[in-house]
Amino acid sequence: MAAARKKAGGLAMEKYRRNKAELGDAASASAAEGRQDWLKQLEAEYARKAIRTAAAVRLVQLLLLAGMLGLWEAAGGNGWIDPLLFSYPSRIFSYLWTAAADGTLWPHLLTTVIETVSGFVLGTLLGAGLAALLWWIPFLSRVFDPYMVVMNSMPKVALGPILIVGLGPGYLSIIATALSVTVIITTLVIYNRFREIDGNYVKVIRLFGGTRGQVFRFAILPASFPAIVSALKVNVGLAWIGVIVGEFLTAKQGLGYLIIYGFQVFNFTLVLSSLMVIAVVAAGMYRLVSALESLLTSGWRER
Amino acid sequence: MPMLSKDRNGERNVTLELTGVSHAYVGVRGARLALEGLNLAVGTGEFVSLVGPSGCGKTTVLSLLAGLFPPSRGRVLLSGQPVRGPSARIGYMLQQDYLFPWRTIRDNVLIGFDIAGNRNAGASEAADALLAELGLPDAGGRYPHELSGGMRQRAALARTLIAGPDVLLLDEPFSALDMTIKLQLEDLVWETLRKLGKTAVLVTHDLAEAAAMSERVVVLVADPGTIADVVDVPAELRRLKPTEARKAQGFNALFDRLWKRIGRDGGGAEEGGGVGDGEVPQE
Repeated sequence: MAAARKKAGGLAMEKYRRNKAELGDAASASAAEGRQDWLKQLEAEYARKAIRTAAAVRLVQLLLLAGMLGLWEAAGGNGWIDPLLFSYPSRIFSYLWTAAADGTLWPHLLTTVIETVSGFVLGTLLGAGLAALLWWIPFLSRVFDPYMVVMNSMPKVALGPILIVGLGPGYLSIIATALSVTVIITTLVIYNRFREIDGNYVKVIRLFGGTRGQVFRFAILPASFPAIVSALKVNVGLAWIGVIVGEFLTAKQGLGYLIIYGFQVFNFTLVLSSLMVIAVVAAGMYRLVSALESLLTSGWRER
Repeated sequence: MPMLSKDRNGERNVTLELTGVSHAYVGVRGARLALEGLNLAVGTGEFVSLVGPSGCGKTTVLSLLAGLFPPSRGRVLLSGQPVRGPSARIGYMLQQDYLFPWRTIRDNVLIGFDIAGNRNAGASEAADALLAELGLPDAGGRYPHELSGGMRQRAALARTLIAGPDVLLLDEPFSALDMTIKLQLEDLVWETLRKLGKTAVLVTHDLAEAAAMSERVVVLVADPGTIADVVDVPAELRRLKPTEARKAQGFNALFDRLWKRIGRDGGGAEEGGGVGDGEVPQE
Protein backbone atom coordinates (compact mmCIF):
# COMPACT_ATOMS: atom_id res chain seq x y z
CA MET A 1 0.00 0.00 0.00
CA ALA A 2 2.91 2.28 0.85
CA ALA A 3 4.46 1.40 -2.47
CA ALA A 4 1.25 2.25 -4.31
CA ARG A 5 1.09 5.56 -2.52
CA LYS A 6 4.70 6.26 -3.41
CA LYS A 7 3.96 5.48 -7.01
CA ALA A 8 0.95 7.79 -6.96
CA GLY A 9 3.11 10.48 -5.39
CA GLY A 10 5.73 9.92 -8.09
CA LEU A 11 3.13 10.22 -10.83
CA ALA A 12 1.82 13.40 -9.27
CA MET A 13 5.32 14.81 -9.16
CA GLU A 14 5.83 13.92 -12.79
CA LYS A 15 2.56 15.56 -13.72
CA TYR A 16 3.57 18.55 -11.64
CA ARG A 17 6.88 18.87 -13.45
CA ARG A 18 5.24 18.43 -16.83
CA ASN A 19 2.61 21.05 -16.09
CA LYS A 20 5.07 23.44 -14.59
CA ALA A 21 6.49 23.94 -18.07
CA GLU A 22 3.15 25.24 -19.30
CA LEU A 23 2.13 28.76 -18.48
CA GLY A 24 -1.16 30.27 -17.30
CA ASP A 25 -4.08 28.92 -15.27
CA ALA A 26 -3.54 25.27 -16.09
CA ALA A 27 -0.09 25.37 -14.57
CA SER A 28 -1.21 26.98 -11.35
CA ALA A 29 -4.16 24.59 -11.08
CA SER A 30 -1.92 21.55 -11.29
CA ALA A 31 0.54 23.18 -8.91
CA ALA A 32 -2.30 23.30 -6.43
CA GLU A 33 -2.99 19.65 -7.18
CA GLY A 34 0.62 18.75 -6.53
CA ARG A 35 0.50 20.62 -3.26
CA GLN A 36 -2.61 18.68 -2.29
CA ASP A 37 -0.86 15.39 -3.01
CA TRP A 38 2.12 16.44 -0.95
CA LEU A 39 -0.07 17.40 2.02
CA LYS A 40 -1.95 14.07 1.75
CA GLN A 41 1.39 12.29 1.83
CA LEU A 42 2.39 14.16 5.00
CA GLU A 43 -0.94 13.27 6.58
CA ALA A 44 -0.52 9.59 5.74
CA GLU A 45 2.98 9.56 7.22
CA TYR A 46 1.72 11.18 10.39
CA ALA A 47 -1.15 8.67 10.69
CA ARG A 48 1.23 5.73 10.19
CA LYS A 49 3.53 7.03 12.92
CA ALA A 50 0.61 7.53 15.33
CA ILE A 51 -0.63 3.96 14.73
CA ARG A 52 2.86 2.57 15.31
CA THR A 53 3.23 4.43 18.63
CA ALA A 54 -0.22 3.30 19.83
CA ALA A 55 0.60 -0.31 18.94
CA ALA A 56 3.92 -0.11 20.83
CA VAL A 57 2.15 1.24 23.95
CA ARG A 58 -0.38 -1.63 23.86
CA LEU A 59 2.36 -4.20 23.37
CA VAL A 60 4.38 -2.95 26.36
CA GLN A 61 1.21 -2.87 28.48
CA LEU A 62 0.43 -6.49 27.61
CA LEU A 63 4.03 -7.59 28.21
CA LEU A 64 4.00 -5.90 31.60
CA LEU A 65 0.78 -7.68 32.57
CA ALA A 66 2.03 -11.02 31.33
CA GLY A 67 5.36 -10.49 33.12
CA MET A 68 3.69 -9.69 36.42
CA LEU A 69 1.32 -12.64 36.21
CA GLY A 70 4.18 -14.92 35.17
CA LEU A 71 6.37 -13.76 38.06
CA TRP A 72 3.48 -14.24 40.49
CA GLU A 73 2.79 -17.71 39.13
CA ALA A 74 6.46 -18.68 39.37
CA ALA A 75 6.76 -17.24 42.87
CA GLY A 76 3.69 -19.18 44.01
CA GLY A 77 4.73 -22.40 42.27
CA ASN A 78 8.33 -22.36 43.53
CA GLY A 79 7.44 -21.42 47.07
CA TRP A 80 9.12 -17.97 47.01
CA ILE A 81 5.90 -16.64 48.55
CA ASP A 82 3.39 -18.47 50.69
CA PRO A 83 0.71 -19.69 48.27
CA LEU A 84 -1.75 -19.93 51.14
CA LEU A 85 -1.56 -16.17 51.61
CA PHE A 86 -0.88 -14.93 48.11
CA SER A 87 -2.35 -17.73 46.01
CA TYR A 88 -1.29 -17.62 42.37
CA PRO A 89 -2.89 -16.69 39.05
CA SER A 90 -3.64 -20.16 37.65
CA ARG A 91 -5.49 -21.08 40.83
CA ILE A 92 -7.40 -17.80 40.81
CA PHE A 93 -8.41 -18.16 37.18
CA SER A 94 -9.46 -21.78 37.60
CA TYR A 95 -11.55 -20.78 40.63
CA LEU A 96 -13.14 -17.92 38.65
CA TRP A 97 -13.77 -20.28 35.73
CA THR A 98 -15.62 -22.82 37.88
CA ALA A 99 -17.50 -20.13 39.83
CA ALA A 100 -18.59 -18.51 36.56
CA ALA A 101 -19.52 -21.87 35.02
CA ASP A 102 -21.58 -23.16 37.93
CA GLY A 103 -23.22 -19.74 38.35
CA THR A 104 -22.18 -19.08 41.96
CA LEU A 105 -20.24 -15.91 40.98
CA TRP A 106 -23.02 -14.03 39.17
CA PRO A 107 -25.42 -13.26 42.06
CA HIS A 108 -22.53 -11.74 44.02
CA LEU A 109 -21.34 -9.71 41.06
CA LEU A 110 -24.85 -8.53 40.18
CA THR A 111 -25.59 -7.45 43.76
CA THR A 112 -22.40 -5.41 44.03
CA VAL A 113 -22.80 -3.84 40.60
CA ILE A 114 -26.38 -2.78 41.31
CA GLU A 115 -25.36 -1.28 44.66
CA THR A 116 -22.39 0.55 43.15
CA VAL A 117 -24.27 1.93 40.17
CA SER A 118 -27.08 3.19 42.40
CA GLY A 119 -24.41 4.60 44.71
CA PHE A 120 -22.71 6.75 42.10
CA VAL A 121 -25.76 7.69 40.05
CA LEU A 122 -27.88 8.62 43.08
CA GLY A 123 -24.89 10.26 44.76
CA THR A 124 -24.25 12.49 41.75
CA LEU A 125 -27.92 13.39 41.28
CA LEU A 126 -28.48 14.10 44.98
CA GLY A 127 -25.23 16.08 45.18
CA ALA A 128 -26.18 18.15 42.13
CA GLY A 129 -29.65 18.74 43.57
CA LEU A 130 -28.26 19.90 46.91
CA ALA A 131 -25.76 22.15 45.09
CA ALA A 132 -28.64 23.67 43.13
CA LEU A 133 -30.54 24.31 46.37
CA LEU A 134 -27.51 26.01 47.94
CA TRP A 135 -27.04 28.14 44.81
CA TRP A 136 -30.72 29.01 44.73
CA ILE A 137 -30.86 30.13 48.36
CA PRO A 138 -27.57 31.82 49.29
CA PHE A 139 -28.82 32.13 52.86
CA LEU A 140 -28.96 28.35 53.12
CA SER A 141 -25.43 28.01 51.78
CA ARG A 142 -24.13 30.38 54.46
CA VAL A 143 -26.03 28.55 57.18
CA PHE A 144 -24.84 25.12 56.09
CA ASP A 145 -21.24 26.09 55.34
CA PRO A 146 -19.71 24.90 58.67
CA TYR A 147 -21.83 21.74 58.66
CA MET A 148 -20.65 20.91 55.15
CA VAL A 149 -17.03 21.37 56.22
CA VAL A 150 -17.49 18.99 59.16
CA MET A 151 -19.37 16.43 57.10
CA ASN A 152 -16.73 16.58 54.38
CA SER A 153 -13.79 16.08 56.72
CA MET A 154 -15.44 13.20 58.55
CA PRO A 155 -14.56 9.63 57.50
CA LYS A 156 -18.01 8.78 56.17
CA VAL A 157 -17.65 5.00 56.32
CA ALA A 158 -17.59 5.41 60.09
CA LEU A 159 -21.31 6.09 59.73
CA GLY A 160 -21.75 2.51 58.50
CA PRO A 161 -22.87 0.96 61.82
CA ILE A 162 -25.37 3.78 62.41
CA LEU A 163 -26.81 3.36 58.91
CA ILE A 164 -27.17 -0.38 59.42
CA VAL A 165 -28.98 0.14 62.72
CA GLY A 166 -31.19 2.77 61.16
CA LEU A 167 -31.97 1.11 57.84
CA GLY A 168 -31.55 -2.54 58.70
CA PRO A 169 -28.97 -4.89 57.22
CA GLY A 170 -29.29 -5.25 53.47
CA TYR A 171 -29.31 -3.34 50.22
CA LEU A 172 -30.58 -0.11 51.66
CA SER A 173 -27.88 0.44 54.25
CA ILE A 174 -25.13 -0.53 51.79
CA ILE A 175 -26.37 1.98 49.21
CA ALA A 176 -26.69 4.53 52.01
CA THR A 177 -23.05 3.94 52.95
CA ALA A 178 -22.05 4.52 49.33
CA LEU A 179 -24.16 7.69 49.26
CA SER A 180 -22.59 8.98 52.47
CA VAL A 181 -19.22 8.78 50.75
CA THR A 182 -20.31 10.42 47.48
CA VAL A 183 -22.98 13.04 48.23
CA ILE A 184 -21.13 15.65 50.28
CA ILE A 185 -18.07 15.93 48.10
CA THR A 186 -20.27 16.04 44.99
CA THR A 187 -22.33 18.84 46.49
CA LEU A 188 -19.22 20.86 47.32
CA VAL A 189 -17.58 20.37 43.92
CA ILE A 190 -20.69 21.17 41.89
CA TYR A 191 -21.71 24.11 44.09
CA ASN A 192 -18.25 25.63 43.69
CA ARG A 193 -18.53 25.14 39.93
CA PHE A 194 -21.92 26.91 39.96
CA ARG A 195 -20.33 29.89 41.67
CA GLU A 196 -17.36 30.00 39.30
CA ILE A 197 -19.50 30.61 36.21
CA ASP A 198 -18.47 33.90 34.57
CA GLY A 199 -20.90 36.53 35.82
CA ASN A 200 -21.26 37.92 32.32
CA TYR A 201 -23.15 34.81 31.18
CA VAL A 202 -25.60 35.48 33.99
CA LYS A 203 -25.72 39.11 32.86
CA VAL A 204 -26.65 38.07 29.31
CA ILE A 205 -29.61 36.06 30.60
CA ARG A 206 -30.69 38.85 32.94
CA LEU A 207 -30.47 41.41 30.11
CA PHE A 208 -33.01 39.34 28.20
CA GLY A 209 -35.32 39.54 31.19
CA GLY A 210 -34.46 36.08 32.52
CA THR A 211 -35.56 35.06 36.01
CA ARG A 212 -33.30 33.33 38.53
CA GLY A 213 -34.69 30.00 37.39
CA GLN A 214 -33.86 30.82 33.78
CA VAL A 215 -30.36 31.95 34.74
CA PHE A 216 -29.94 28.50 36.26
CA ARG A 217 -31.47 26.65 33.33
CA PHE A 218 -29.81 28.57 30.48
CA ALA A 219 -26.43 29.44 31.95
CA ILE A 220 -25.44 27.84 35.27
CA LEU A 221 -26.56 24.25 34.69
CA PRO A 222 -25.30 23.74 31.12
CA ALA A 223 -22.01 25.44 31.95
CA SER A 224 -21.58 23.05 34.89
CA PHE A 225 -22.50 19.98 32.90
CA PRO A 226 -18.89 18.86 32.34
CA ALA A 227 -18.21 19.27 36.07
CA ILE A 228 -21.26 17.17 36.90
CA VAL A 229 -20.21 14.40 34.54
CA SER A 230 -16.67 14.41 35.90
CA ALA A 231 -18.14 14.23 39.42
CA LEU A 232 -19.94 11.12 38.18
CA LYS A 233 -16.56 9.71 37.17
CA VAL A 234 -15.00 10.40 40.55
CA ASN A 235 -18.05 8.92 42.24
CA VAL A 236 -17.55 5.59 40.47
CA GLY A 237 -14.42 5.11 42.59
CA LEU A 238 -15.96 6.49 45.78
CA ALA A 239 -19.11 4.36 45.44
CA TRP A 240 -16.95 1.24 45.28
CA ILE A 241 -15.38 2.18 48.62
CA GLY A 242 -18.78 2.71 50.22
CA VAL A 243 -20.27 -0.49 48.81
CA ILE A 244 -17.35 -2.74 49.71
CA VAL A 245 -17.19 -1.36 53.26
CA GLY A 246 -20.97 -1.70 53.55
CA GLU A 247 -20.74 -5.31 52.41
CA PHE A 248 -17.92 -5.97 54.86
CA LEU A 249 -20.21 -4.85 57.63
CA THR A 250 -23.53 -6.43 56.81
CA ALA A 251 -23.95 -8.27 53.52
CA LYS A 252 -24.99 -11.84 52.83
CA GLN A 253 -24.12 -11.47 49.16
CA GLY A 254 -21.73 -9.48 47.00
CA LEU A 255 -18.03 -9.23 46.19
CA GLY A 256 -17.28 -7.44 49.47
CA TYR A 257 -19.01 -10.30 51.26
CA LEU A 258 -16.86 -12.82 49.34
CA ILE A 259 -13.71 -10.96 50.39
CA ILE A 260 -14.61 -10.86 54.07
CA TYR A 261 -15.84 -14.48 53.95
CA GLY A 262 -12.63 -15.61 52.22
CA PHE A 263 -10.64 -13.79 54.90
CA GLN A 264 -12.60 -15.47 57.71
CA VAL A 265 -12.13 -19.01 56.34
CA PHE A 266 -8.56 -18.18 55.27
CA ASN A 267 -9.30 -18.79 51.58
CA PHE A 268 -7.16 -16.16 49.95
CA THR A 269 -7.80 -17.49 46.51
CA LEU A 270 -11.38 -16.35 47.02
CA VAL A 271 -10.22 -12.94 48.32
CA LEU A 272 -7.88 -12.31 45.40
CA SER A 273 -10.39 -13.62 42.84
CA SER A 274 -12.97 -11.14 44.12
CA LEU A 275 -10.38 -8.37 43.92
CA MET A 276 -9.67 -9.30 40.31
CA VAL A 277 -13.35 -9.17 39.43
CA ILE A 278 -13.67 -5.79 41.17
CA ALA A 279 -10.67 -4.43 39.26
CA VAL A 280 -12.10 -5.50 35.90
CA VAL A 281 -15.68 -4.37 36.59
CA ALA A 282 -14.63 -1.02 38.13
CA ALA A 283 -12.38 -0.25 35.14
CA GLY A 284 -15.25 -1.17 32.81
CA MET A 285 -17.65 1.15 34.65
CA TYR A 286 -15.16 3.98 34.49
CA ARG A 287 -14.79 3.46 30.75
CA LEU A 288 -18.57 3.47 30.28
CA VAL A 289 -18.93 6.74 32.21
CA SER A 290 -16.08 8.28 30.17
CA ALA A 291 -17.87 7.24 26.97
CA LEU A 292 -21.08 8.78 28.34
CA GLU A 293 -19.16 11.98 29.09
CA SER A 294 -17.82 12.41 25.59
CA LEU A 295 -21.25 11.53 24.18
CA LEU A 296 -23.01 14.19 26.27
CA THR A 297 -20.54 17.03 25.82
CA SER A 298 -19.38 16.41 22.26
CA GLY A 299 -19.68 19.24 19.76
CA TRP A 300 -19.40 22.38 21.80
CA ARG A 301 -16.34 21.51 23.80
CA GLU A 302 -12.96 22.39 22.42
CA ARG A 303 -10.59 19.51 22.69
CA MET B 1 -29.04 70.35 32.31
CA PRO B 2 -32.76 70.48 33.02
CA MET B 3 -35.27 67.76 32.22
CA LEU B 4 -36.05 67.79 28.56
CA SER B 5 -38.67 66.25 26.44
CA LYS B 6 -36.85 67.35 23.29
CA ASP B 7 -33.10 67.14 22.94
CA ARG B 8 -30.91 70.22 23.25
CA ASN B 9 -31.68 71.58 19.85
CA GLY B 10 -35.33 70.68 20.08
CA GLU B 11 -34.95 68.47 17.04
CA ARG B 12 -35.92 65.07 18.32
CA ASN B 13 -37.90 63.27 20.98
CA VAL B 14 -35.92 62.06 23.94
CA THR B 15 -35.62 58.29 24.27
CA LEU B 16 -33.27 57.93 27.23
CA GLU B 17 -33.10 60.28 30.15
CA LEU B 18 -31.09 60.33 33.36
CA THR B 19 -32.14 62.99 35.86
CA GLY B 20 -30.16 63.67 39.04
CA VAL B 21 -28.78 60.14 39.03
CA SER B 22 -26.35 59.15 41.76
CA HIS B 23 -25.27 55.61 42.42
CA ALA B 24 -23.30 54.08 45.27
CA TYR B 25 -22.05 50.52 45.45
CA VAL B 26 -22.41 49.17 48.96
CA GLY B 27 -20.36 46.22 50.12
CA VAL B 28 -18.49 44.86 53.12
CA ARG B 29 -15.75 47.43 52.61
CA GLY B 30 -18.24 50.28 52.79
CA ALA B 31 -20.09 52.38 50.26
CA ARG B 32 -18.37 53.78 47.17
CA LEU B 33 -19.92 56.61 45.22
CA ALA B 34 -19.70 55.70 41.53
CA LEU B 35 -21.90 58.41 40.00
CA GLU B 36 -23.08 61.73 41.31
CA GLY B 37 -25.74 64.08 40.00
CA LEU B 38 -25.81 62.84 36.43
CA ASN B 39 -28.17 64.51 33.96
CA LEU B 40 -28.23 63.28 30.41
CA ALA B 41 -30.80 63.08 27.64
CA VAL B 42 -30.33 60.99 24.51
CA GLY B 43 -32.53 61.79 21.51
CA THR B 44 -34.33 59.19 19.44
CA GLY B 45 -31.94 57.80 16.85
CA GLU B 46 -28.99 59.60 18.39
CA PHE B 47 -25.57 57.99 18.88
CA VAL B 48 -23.89 59.12 22.09
CA SER B 49 -20.52 57.98 23.41
CA LEU B 50 -19.37 57.99 27.01
CA VAL B 51 -15.62 58.32 27.49
CA GLY B 52 -13.49 58.79 30.54
CA PRO B 53 -10.84 57.18 32.72
CA SER B 54 -11.48 53.78 34.26
CA GLY B 55 -13.56 54.04 37.39
CA CYS B 56 -15.59 56.99 36.13
CA GLY B 57 -18.81 54.96 36.14
CA LYS B 58 -19.26 54.44 32.40
CA THR B 59 -20.43 50.87 32.75
CA THR B 60 -22.60 51.81 35.73
CA VAL B 61 -24.49 54.25 33.49
CA LEU B 62 -25.15 51.45 30.99
CA SER B 63 -26.27 49.05 33.71
CA LEU B 64 -28.71 51.66 35.02
CA LEU B 65 -30.05 52.33 31.52
CA ALA B 66 -30.45 48.56 30.98
CA GLY B 67 -32.36 48.27 34.25
CA LEU B 68 -29.97 45.74 35.78
CA PHE B 69 -30.31 47.61 39.07
CA PRO B 70 -32.02 50.85 40.11
CA PRO B 71 -30.00 53.99 40.84
CA SER B 72 -29.44 54.88 44.50
CA ARG B 73 -30.91 58.29 43.71
CA GLY B 74 -32.52 59.96 40.72
CA ARG B 75 -34.57 58.70 37.82
CA VAL B 76 -33.86 56.67 34.69
CA LEU B 77 -36.46 57.10 31.97
CA LEU B 78 -37.04 55.25 28.72
CA SER B 79 -39.43 57.20 26.48
CA GLY B 80 -40.69 59.00 29.56
CA GLN B 81 -41.39 55.81 31.52
CA PRO B 82 -39.23 54.78 34.48
CA VAL B 83 -36.99 51.80 33.75
CA ARG B 84 -37.97 48.98 36.11
CA GLY B 85 -35.85 46.12 34.80
CA PRO B 86 -34.36 44.67 31.65
CA SER B 87 -36.74 44.71 28.72
CA ALA B 88 -36.77 43.71 25.08
CA ARG B 89 -36.76 47.40 24.13
CA ILE B 90 -33.16 47.73 25.24
CA GLY B 91 -30.34 45.66 23.73
CA TYR B 92 -26.96 45.36 25.39
CA MET B 93 -23.64 44.34 23.84
CA LEU B 94 -20.87 43.29 26.16
CA GLN B 95 -17.13 43.72 25.87
CA GLN B 96 -16.77 40.13 24.77
CA ASP B 97 -19.34 38.10 22.88
CA TYR B 98 -20.32 35.78 25.77
CA LEU B 99 -21.96 33.39 23.36
CA PHE B 100 -22.95 30.21 25.17
CA PRO B 101 -20.46 27.55 24.03
CA TRP B 102 -23.00 24.71 24.19
CA ARG B 103 -25.49 26.45 21.90
CA THR B 104 -25.13 26.75 18.15
CA ILE B 105 -24.79 30.26 16.76
CA ARG B 106 -28.47 30.16 15.71
CA ASP B 107 -29.58 29.08 19.19
CA ASN B 108 -27.38 31.76 20.72
CA VAL B 109 -29.02 34.40 18.55
CA LEU B 110 -32.45 33.14 19.57
CA ILE B 111 -31.79 32.87 23.30
CA GLY B 112 -33.89 35.97 23.96
CA PHE B 113 -36.89 34.20 22.43
CA ASP B 114 -36.17 31.05 24.43
CA ILE B 115 -36.13 33.08 27.64
CA ALA B 116 -39.32 34.90 26.74
CA GLY B 117 -40.82 31.55 25.71
CA ASN B 118 -42.02 32.83 22.33
CA ARG B 119 -39.68 31.12 19.89
CA ASN B 120 -41.78 30.20 16.89
CA ALA B 121 -41.34 28.34 13.65
CA GLY B 122 -40.07 31.32 11.66
CA ALA B 123 -37.47 32.30 14.25
CA SER B 124 -34.69 30.12 12.84
CA GLU B 125 -35.10 31.57 9.37
CA ALA B 126 -35.12 35.08 10.81
CA ALA B 127 -31.92 34.35 12.72
CA ASP B 128 -30.18 32.95 9.64
CA ALA B 129 -31.29 35.94 7.56
CA LEU B 130 -29.99 38.41 10.13
CA LEU B 131 -26.71 36.51 10.44
CA ALA B 132 -26.30 36.62 6.67
CA GLU B 133 -27.00 40.34 6.71
CA LEU B 134 -24.28 40.82 9.31
CA GLY B 135 -21.77 38.91 7.20
CA LEU B 136 -22.21 35.45 8.71
CA PRO B 137 -24.04 33.37 6.12
CA ASP B 138 -24.09 29.62 6.90
CA ALA B 139 -22.81 30.14 10.46
CA GLY B 140 -26.13 29.30 12.15
CA GLY B 141 -25.42 25.62 12.71
CA ARG B 142 -21.86 26.09 13.97
CA TYR B 143 -20.63 26.36 17.54
CA PRO B 144 -18.98 29.52 18.90
CA HIS B 145 -15.53 27.98 19.27
CA GLU B 146 -15.46 27.35 15.53
CA LEU B 147 -15.67 31.10 14.84
CA SER B 148 -13.07 33.85 15.07
CA GLY B 149 -13.36 36.69 17.56
CA GLY B 150 -14.77 39.12 15.00
CA MET B 151 -17.33 36.61 13.75
CA ARG B 152 -18.42 35.86 17.30
CA GLN B 153 -18.93 39.55 18.02
CA ARG B 154 -21.06 39.75 14.86
CA ALA B 155 -23.14 36.86 16.19
CA ALA B 156 -23.47 38.71 19.50
CA LEU B 157 -24.69 41.76 17.57
CA ALA B 158 -27.30 39.57 15.86
CA ARG B 159 -28.40 38.24 19.26
CA THR B 160 -28.86 41.83 20.42
CA LEU B 161 -30.66 43.04 17.30
CA ILE B 162 -33.04 40.15 16.64
CA ALA B 163 -35.60 41.16 19.23
CA GLY B 164 -35.79 44.59 17.57
CA PRO B 165 -34.76 46.82 20.49
CA ASP B 166 -35.22 50.60 20.18
CA VAL B 167 -32.05 51.30 22.12
CA LEU B 168 -28.62 49.70 21.89
CA LEU B 169 -26.17 49.91 24.76
CA LEU B 170 -22.63 49.10 23.67
CA ASP B 171 -20.15 48.35 26.46
CA GLU B 172 -16.73 48.53 24.78
CA PRO B 173 -17.84 45.91 22.26
CA PHE B 174 -14.77 46.31 20.05
CA SER B 175 -12.04 46.52 22.65
CA ALA B 176 -11.13 42.82 22.56
CA LEU B 177 -10.70 42.74 18.78
CA ASP B 178 -7.82 43.25 16.38
CA MET B 179 -7.52 46.70 14.83
CA THR B 180 -8.68 45.72 11.33
CA ILE B 181 -11.66 43.73 12.57
CA LYS B 182 -12.49 46.48 15.02
CA LEU B 183 -12.66 49.01 12.17
CA GLN B 184 -14.83 46.69 10.07
CA LEU B 185 -17.21 46.12 12.95
CA GLU B 186 -17.38 49.82 13.79
CA ASP B 187 -18.59 50.43 10.24
CA LEU B 188 -21.01 47.50 10.40
CA VAL B 189 -22.56 48.60 13.70
CA TRP B 190 -22.69 52.24 12.62
CA GLU B 191 -24.40 51.41 9.32
CA THR B 192 -26.81 48.91 10.87
CA LEU B 193 -27.89 51.29 13.62
CA ARG B 194 -28.28 54.16 11.20
CA LYS B 195 -30.32 52.05 8.77
CA LEU B 196 -32.63 50.85 11.53
CA GLY B 197 -32.82 54.26 13.20
CA LYS B 198 -31.77 52.93 16.62
CA THR B 199 -30.74 55.01 19.57
CA ALA B 200 -27.30 54.04 20.84
CA VAL B 201 -25.05 54.68 23.80
CA LEU B 202 -21.44 53.55 23.40
CA VAL B 203 -19.06 53.23 26.30
CA THR B 204 -15.42 53.20 25.26
CA HIS B 205 -11.98 54.20 26.43
CA ASP B 206 -10.87 54.70 22.85
CA LEU B 207 -11.28 58.40 22.08
CA ALA B 208 -10.81 57.87 18.34
CA GLU B 209 -13.60 55.32 18.31
CA ALA B 210 -15.92 57.68 20.16
CA ALA B 211 -15.07 60.53 17.79
CA ALA B 212 -15.53 58.40 14.67
CA MET B 213 -18.82 56.78 15.59
CA SER B 214 -20.93 59.19 17.57
CA GLU B 215 -22.85 62.41 17.23
CA ARG B 216 -22.07 63.52 20.74
CA VAL B 217 -19.28 62.57 23.13
CA VAL B 218 -19.89 62.82 26.85
CA VAL B 219 -16.67 63.13 28.84
CA LEU B 220 -16.86 61.73 32.37
CA VAL B 221 -14.41 62.21 35.21
CA ALA B 222 -13.88 59.82 38.11
CA ASP B 223 -14.29 59.96 41.91
CA PRO B 224 -17.19 60.40 41.83
CA GLY B 225 -18.30 59.97 38.23
CA THR B 226 -19.66 63.24 36.90
CA ILE B 227 -20.03 64.76 33.45
CA ALA B 228 -17.07 67.03 32.76
CA ASP B 229 -18.00 68.06 29.25
CA VAL B 230 -20.22 67.27 26.30
CA VAL B 231 -18.53 67.60 22.92
CA ASP B 232 -20.62 67.81 19.75
CA VAL B 233 -19.20 66.04 16.75
CA PRO B 234 -19.17 68.38 13.73
CA ALA B 235 -21.99 67.70 11.25
CA GLU B 236 -19.63 66.81 8.40
CA LEU B 237 -18.05 64.02 10.49
CA ARG B 238 -21.38 62.63 11.65
CA ARG B 239 -22.37 61.87 8.08
CA LEU B 240 -19.30 59.72 7.43
CA LYS B 241 -18.76 56.07 8.21
CA PRO B 242 -16.27 55.59 11.07
CA THR B 243 -13.42 54.48 8.80
CA GLU B 244 -13.99 57.53 6.56
CA ALA B 245 -14.48 59.89 9.48
CA ARG B 246 -11.10 58.83 10.85
CA LYS B 247 -9.48 60.08 7.64
CA ALA B 248 -11.60 63.21 7.25
CA GLN B 249 -10.60 66.77 7.89
CA GLY B 250 -11.54 67.99 11.34
CA PHE B 251 -11.15 64.52 12.91
CA ASN B 252 -7.77 65.28 14.42
CA ALA B 253 -9.02 68.56 15.83
CA LEU B 254 -11.94 66.75 17.47
CA PHE B 255 -9.65 64.05 18.81
CA ASP B 256 -7.33 66.72 20.23
CA ARG B 257 -10.18 68.41 21.93
CA LEU B 258 -11.28 65.17 23.61
CA TRP B 259 -7.73 64.30 24.50
CA LYS B 260 -7.14 67.62 26.21
CA ARG B 261 -10.48 67.41 27.95
CA ILE B 262 -9.64 63.95 29.37
CA GLY B 263 -6.07 64.92 30.16
CA ARG B 264 -7.03 67.98 32.18
CA ASP B 265 -9.40 66.18 34.53
CA GLY B 266 -8.86 63.12 36.65
CA GLY B 267 -5.35 62.16 35.59
CA GLY B 268 -6.23 61.35 32.00
CA ALA B 269 -6.51 58.21 29.98
CA GLU B 270 -4.14 55.92 31.80
CA GLU B 271 -5.29 52.97 29.72
CA GLY B 272 -3.21 52.51 26.59
CA GLY B 273 -6.33 52.50 24.43
CA GLY B 274 -7.01 56.12 25.39
CA VAL B 275 -4.41 57.23 22.94
CA GLY B 276 -6.58 55.87 20.19
CA ASP B 277 -4.57 52.82 19.23
CA GLY B 278 -1.95 54.37 17.08
CA GLU B 279 -3.45 57.83 16.76
CA VAL B 280 -0.80 60.10 18.19
CA PRO B 281 -2.21 63.20 19.79
CA GLN B 282 -0.63 66.31 18.33
CA GLU B 283 0.31 68.42 21.28
